[in-house]
Amino acid sequence: MHQLLQQIFSGLAAGAIYASLALALVMIYRATNLVNFAQGEMAMFSTYIAWTLVNAGLPFWGAFLITLAVSFLGGMAIERIVIRPVENAPILAAVVVTIGLLLIFNSLAGWIYSYTLQEFPSPFPDRPLFGALMTTRDIGVIAVTLVVLAVLFCFFRFTTTGLAMRAAAQNPESARLCGIHVGRMLAIGWGLAAAIGAVAGIMVAPALFLDPNMMSGVLLYAFTGALIGGITSPVGAVIGGLIVGVTENLVGTYLIASQLKFTVALILIILVLLFRPNGLFGTAIVRRV
Amino acid sequence: MSESLPVGAAGKLAPIRASVPNAAKVRWPCNWPWNWPWNWPWRWLAGAALIALAVVLPFALSNYHVFTLTQVMIYAIAVLGLNILTGYNGQISLGHGGFFAAGAYTAAILMHRYGVPYWATLPPAGLICFVLGVLFGLPALRFEGPYLALVTLAMAVAMPQLLKYFDTWTGGQQGIVLVKPLPPPGLGLDRDRWLYFFVLAVLLLAMRLAANLLNGRTGRALVAIRDHPIAAVAMGINTPRYKTLAFGASTLFTGVAGALAAIVVGFVAPESFSLFLSLSFLVGSAVGGIATIGGAIVGGFFIESVPNLANDVSDAAPWAIYGLAMLLFMYLMPRGLVGTLGPWFVHAMRKFRSARGAPK
Repeated sequence: MHQLLQQIFSGLAAGAIYASLALALVMIYRATNLVNFAQGEMAMFSTYIAWTLVNAGLPFWGAFLITLAVSFLGGMAIERIVIRPVENAPILAAVVVTIGLLLIFNSLAGWIYSYTLQEFPSPFPDRPLFGALMTTRDIGVIAVTLVVLAVLFCFFRFTTTGLAMRAAAQNPESARLCGIHVGRMLAIGWGLAAAIGAVAGIMVAPALFLDPNMMSGVLLYAFTGALIGGITSPVGAVIGGLIVGVTENLVGTYLIASQLKFTVALILIILVLLFRPNGLFGTAIVRRV
Repeated sequence: MSESLPVGAAGKLAPIRASVPNAAKVRWPCNWPWNWPWNWPWRWLAGAALIALAVVLPFALSNYHVFTLTQVMIYAIAVLGLNILTGYNGQISLGHGGFFAAGAYTAAILMHRYGVPYWATLPPAGLICFVLGVLFGLPALRFEGPYLALVTLAMAVAMPQLLKYFDTWTGGQQGIVLVKPLPPPGLGLDRDRWLYFFVLAVLLLAMRLAANLLNGRTGRALVAIRDHPIAAVAMGINTPRYKTLAFGASTLFTGVAGALAAIVVGFVAPESFSLFLSLSFLVGSAVGGIATIGGAIVGGFFIESVPNLANDVSDAAPWAIYGLAMLLFMYLMPRGLVGTLGPWFVHAMRKFRSARGAPK
């Protein structure tokens, strides 16, 4: 029983990270109807920026905030410069462009920072809590995810920009007629996604160590979480990410060897989607013919 | 755009169509080069010239280049398979590397364990991949757009793990080393050139089969499902059947390509079939021209040679150069090389012919 609870809690901590990245994917999907394959590599690059800042002697949370700001601007720049030209191109062209971005970021990080593993400091001490049920680090990671979610919720619910972004995502034409600058909203969406991804990268780096390929596995779980939750639903992304984290941990501990981890993710996706094709919280798209 | 008009309305709308500038009338996606507006002898002569070039080429090149060209053709077959599914039917798959691996391992196990001659492994590899594709296509009927793309992506990632896990059959991490097939005696060809011609023959056959499949009733049904699924159902197209068929046919081609890769390289291991391979197929398909048959060859060239070229340009960050090449290609030709230049060429030919006063 004790071990089970322990596995569930550490699964929740891992799931919180998947949830953050899944949230970033959902942000971009809602804004531009595009699955961003470069999301993980963008997060990895942000984490390297944070690592550089910490190594330069900045306090952790100072570096964290600067990284978020830089990532936000970087995300907006990517939308403006790289994604905008293929906005009206066939969907496959846009997919190829994000794959190209993935390669560019991965290669650049390897070139600038080399492919060796780097230690990344954790802001939370690693102390066991409640009779070793969980660690303070797990609690910290989960708390950060919840804070991000709360901030996003407040942003979309209570600010004018948030309302404008929701309008732009839901119906670009009508939003434009209401005087909303849709293009700018899309750029802000990409910026937010990049910043959320940076949070995920910084949270996961102490556990995985930092290297250019750090995020590839995390990205797959984030995809899984986003699909299970429904790729249009931010709440779904968080719950989906947590489900994936817990399932991965439990199945890895009790059922089969961890070498089939991705296969578990695949089976999980197919099972959930067979019964709910739009994910647990996604909305079915109704089309007018 | 004229292609969005229902077929029956075309006659009534002739005056309107006449006022549309010529370039807009060029139908896309077109099945270039099969629909060239040429008289048939010219079309056949052009095809024959291309094939003659492909036959002469290996004797003018070094062994290394012949091997590279063989790889290009193998990738072209795989990309052609993906084109059937993604280009013509609109189902995006990021998991064709998985089916490529299934084909490669089928061939490798048959050759290694049961001593089946290499040429006889292609039909079973294709058949197994067809069955796998249909089995995968059935649940895929319920998934749309990004969901299908990501489910297939998960499959591509899971494939190497599964191959390692069932190591009694697959040889686990070490993979299977195969004996490279000998050329038939009396032809005077060495091993690399014989494999080149073998793969070339399969490629030509695959292109002919794909053209037959796509340029008729089935192809029209697939395109209709892609462009407007609801209208396709309303017109009486059996959508689930055609979508599953597209999945099966597509994985059949890719599986055969995988088997060829196993034969030509002489080695299979789980790490050769990473996610990157699946992404490469998609890139090749988009760069060559989605929903074109000839584009598959361009795609094969792109994914085989551009990484090598990028390595020459920059040792430090070759993949960044490859990524940049992808971005540039998509900015300049969002419909791929053949998808962009093909209609332009058709248009130019029509103009040339009408200037000469020849009947259309």
